[in-house]
Order: sequence, then structure tokens, then C-alpha cells
Amino acid sequence: MKRTWWATSLVYLCVILFALSVLAPVAWLIISSVSSTNDLTTTPLRWWPSTPDVSRYQLLFNFEKGSFSETFLFALRNSLSASLLATLLSLLVAIPAAYSFSRFGQGKLLYAILVTYMLPPVALVFPLYGLLVALKLLNTVWGLALVYCTILTPFCTWLLKSNLDSIPQELDEAALIDGANRWVTLWQIILPLALPALSTAALWAILLSWDEFFYALLFTSNQQAKTLTVTIADLAAGRAVDFGLICMAGVITALPPVLLGLLLQRGLLSGLTAGSVKG
Amino acid sequence: MKRYERSTQWLMLAPVLVVVLGTIGYPALRTLLLSFTNSKLTGLAKKVDWVGFNNYVRAVTNTDFQAATWRTAYFVLMSVGFEVVIGVLIALLLDQKFVGQKLARVFLIIPLALPTIVNAMMWRWIYHPDFGALNALLTQTHILSGYRSWLGEPGVAMNMIILADVWKNYPIISLVTLAALKLVPKDFFEAAQIDGATIWTRFWRITYPMILPALMVGVVLRTIDAVKVFDIIYVMTRGGPADSTKTLSFLVYQEGFSNLRSGSAAAYAYLVVLISVVLIILYVTLLRRQERTG
Repeated sequence: MKRTWWATSLVYLCVILFALSVLAPVAWLIISSVSSTNDLTTTPLRWWPSTPDVSRYQLLFNFEKGSFSETFLFALRNSLSASLLATLLSLLVAIPAAYSFSRFGQGKLLYAILVTYMLPPVALVFPLYGLLVALKLLNTVWGLALVYCTILTPFCTWLLKSNLDSIPQELDEAALIDGANRWVTLWQIILPLALPALSTAALWAILLSWDEFFYALLFTSNQQAKTLTVTIADLAAGRAVDFGLICMAGVITALPPVLLGLLLQRGLLSGLTAGSVKG
Repeated sequence: MKRYERSTQWLMLAPVLVVVLGTIGYPALRTLLLSFTNSKLTGLAKKVDWVGFNNYVRAVTNTDFQAATWRTAYFVLMSVGFEVVIGVLIALLLDQKFVGQKLARVFLIIPLALPTIVNAMMWRWIYHPDFGALNALLTQTHILSGYRSWLGEPGVAMNMIILADVWKNYPIISLVTLAALKLVPKDFFEAAQIDGATIWTRFWRITYPMILPALMVGVVLRTIDAVKVFDIIYVMTRGGPADSTKTLSFLVYQEGFSNLRSGSAAAYAYLVVLISVVLIILYVTLLRRQERTG
């Protein structure tokens, strides 16, 4: 099908507009993070810094006690450990369950688990608070990781199940005839084949928990467990006028998930669409 | 099924069941019970009384709650609506052949992977009343004569939040749609074009029915998320100005954690659950009917 020249130019015009609309806000965030406060607060606004100012990024390597960088680095550590712990924990429980759902059925139970995704966090937050107090996990990264499982476990189970469905059952049967039990089959035959799906699930799980804010806001109170999202909300709410500093914090917080997403974009999609097409 | 198979089946399900029942089932049930009491979040062990449906009755007759419900409905309809329209249009655009098509598709990942809180903070900075980029852009191009307080005007703030939400969330609709578009056989279009079908009829007769199932999944997921909206509002406006952006989740949060009335907050929360359920049933039946008649 040949396009007329004006249809082609229209396509290019729209693509340029699309690219601008996606990139401009993010570019402004990055530019703001390296502009001096003076440049950011003049009218008319200076769109490009007179001299790039990377001092805010250098702050990150200043490990003084009580400094901004200390708060921020602790938050970075907490976000990292809470996301990784939660991802590991939910994958660990979701893998055998997904296999069981895929090979033995019980579709209604899977739907029941999926429906829990609809519950807003506000419907769980009060008892979860009590639970964390009872387990002495309030204001800890472990407690957060446990709570994040409420979001990740149903999601991972569903995603892995729909991907395992595409691995032929004959493989299991062959292994079973050779005398392996189900656990060995899952571990040695199915999991290696499901690695792409597994990485998709892990990727989404990390993105979701890195993004989480509501529980972190309510269940953490200081450096010991506050995550990056809560720290940024604190910064944005504070009276601090250093807009560049807030933007720098935003850039650093956005960097890991955006890089992960870009690196693994193929997996991000293929695994998810396998899930959405099959339902 | 052999007996040992059955025991393996449940053994494999056991960890998920423990986690889901422990961290979702039990808390959800406790909240439900809580919603029938006058329990408070104060540290003192006060006597908690069973109050029946009082909290629910008080919620639905409360003007704050009603207003928050309408605001939430507005937010959900507008943001999910625009996300679907823009998401599908962008998907159709990126499905065309052009130089740099792969790169353009990669751009979709950026808003998607950007954390919600960073997105909220970024747009708050862009909308800044004194130093914001939006004000600067609009005045320097003479579209606007003076700076405006985008998040400070009750009639405007909600729409600005919706814009920020749509920017971040339409890519997921685009990606899902693009994946579905891959499955549409291209010769369908050529045949239709030869038969003289316009772009419009080609879209509604060929493309739309093919992308509908995938689109439906995207819409349901986005709706569930939009009903729960909290993070973006917390960072951008905290429900202000003049409560004009106070949605249900934010109201529940305030009722529970500022007013410390956990009993009535729990009732609010369950009403939010009810609204999500109704919305989803509505969508699914509407789309099913369209699928049959279309």
C-alpha cells in the first residue's frame, strides 16, 4: 500500500509531536536538576542553564551525618532492598502456584486471587498496620516487603500462569515417565524454559514496588525504612526552595526503573501480552 | 488425578494461599468488621461498639463523601477516557511505517517506567505558579498574557492532574494495542481499501474488533487503578484547593489518619470497593454487548 506524500508528511509531523510530548517534560526535569536556582527563578524563564551546575549530584557523595545526602542515600537503600526482597518473596511463592494453576487447574481460585487486585489499599491498611505492629515489623524494610506482597503476589501468579500455559504439557509427561516428580520437573524442565516470563514478572514486580507510595507513607517513619517515593513527597511538601534539588532527587529515583524498562523492553511487553491475550 | 498429584497440587498452592489469605484476605475481612464499629485509631484502648450500618448510612448521606465520589467519577472517566483515545491513536500512528519507528516505540517506555511520585513532582514543577515551565512557555508564545496558578484554581486543578495522569498512563494502552495490532493481517486492509472502504470504516470494521479484547484488559486495569488514585493527588495538591481534588481514597486516608475514625474510614473504603466492582461489571457487559452486535 503506497502512501501519498502528504499522508507521509502527516505521519512524520505526528511522530515528531508525539516524541516532543514524551521527551519535553522529562528533559525539563533533567535540565532543572543541573540549572542554578537563579536560572530557575528568573522571569522570563531561562530554558538552558547559563552554566551547568552539577553540585546537587555531587551532594550525593557527601556522607555527612544529618545531611540531605544521608537521608537520600538511606532512602535509596531502603527502596532497593524493599523492592528486591518483595520481588524475590513473591516470585518464590508465585512460581509453584503458577505451575499448579497451569497444570492442575483450579481456575476459579486463580480468579479469586486476581480479584484481590481490585481492593484499594485503604481497605487493607488498618489491619495491616496492626499486623506489622504485632510482628514488630513496623518501620522496617522487611515489613514493607511483606506488605508489597499484597500487590505483587497475585500479579506474578497470574502473569506466570498465563506464560506457563504456552509450554507444552508433553514435556512434563515425558519427565514424569522418566521418574521425576512434579517439583523436579518444574525446577529442571519448566523453569529454564520459562526464564523470559520469569524475568518479565521480576521486572514488573520491581517496577511496581519501586513505585509504591501509600503503604510506605504510612508504615515508615524515619531513615531506617523510608523509601525514595516518600522522601520525594517530603521534599516536595517542604518549604525548601531549591527546586533543582527536588528535580535531582526525581531524576535519580526515575533512573533505575526507566533504565530497566528500556533495557528489557522486549520482555516487558512479550510476557505481559502473552498474559493479556490468553486472559 | 492420582492422589499424590492432588497433594502436590495443593502443596504448590499453599505458599500463595498463605500469603494471600494472611496479607489480603485477613486484612480485608478485618476491615469489613471494622466498618460496622465505631473504632478509633487512638492509642488508648477504648471500648469499641458495634454500630451496624451506621457508618455506611452516614457515609452516603455525607455531602463530603458524595462530593468526593463525583470527583472520583470525573477523574476516572476523564483520565481513562483520554488514555484510551490517545493510547489507541498513538498505537495506530506507531503502527505506520516510518524511519525511526523502533525508537519511537521505545519512547513509550519512559512515561510508563517513570515512578508515579516522580511524575507528580515533575508536573507540579512544570505547573509552578511563579517559575513553572508551562507558564513560561504559554506566555513566551503569547498564548497566555500572564502567569496562572494551575494547581491553585479550584476549577482547573483537577484537569491539570488528569493531564499529568494521562501523560504517564496512556502508553500502557498504546503498548497493549500495538501488540494486538501485530495480529491484524495487513491484506485485510488492502482488500478493504480496494473495495473502497474509508479509513473510518476500516478502523471500526477491521481494527477495532481485533484490538477490542486486549483493549478491554487495559481499560479494566486502568479503571481499577484510577478509582484508587491517591499518590498523584497527595503530591500535587493534597486534595486542595478548596477540596476540589479530594477524591475518595484521599478522603478515606484523611478520615482514618487525620480524623482517626478507623471505623467510618473502613466503611468508606468498602464503598470504594463497591464502586470499582460496579464499574468493572458495567464495562465488561458494555464491551461484551458491543462485541456481539459490532
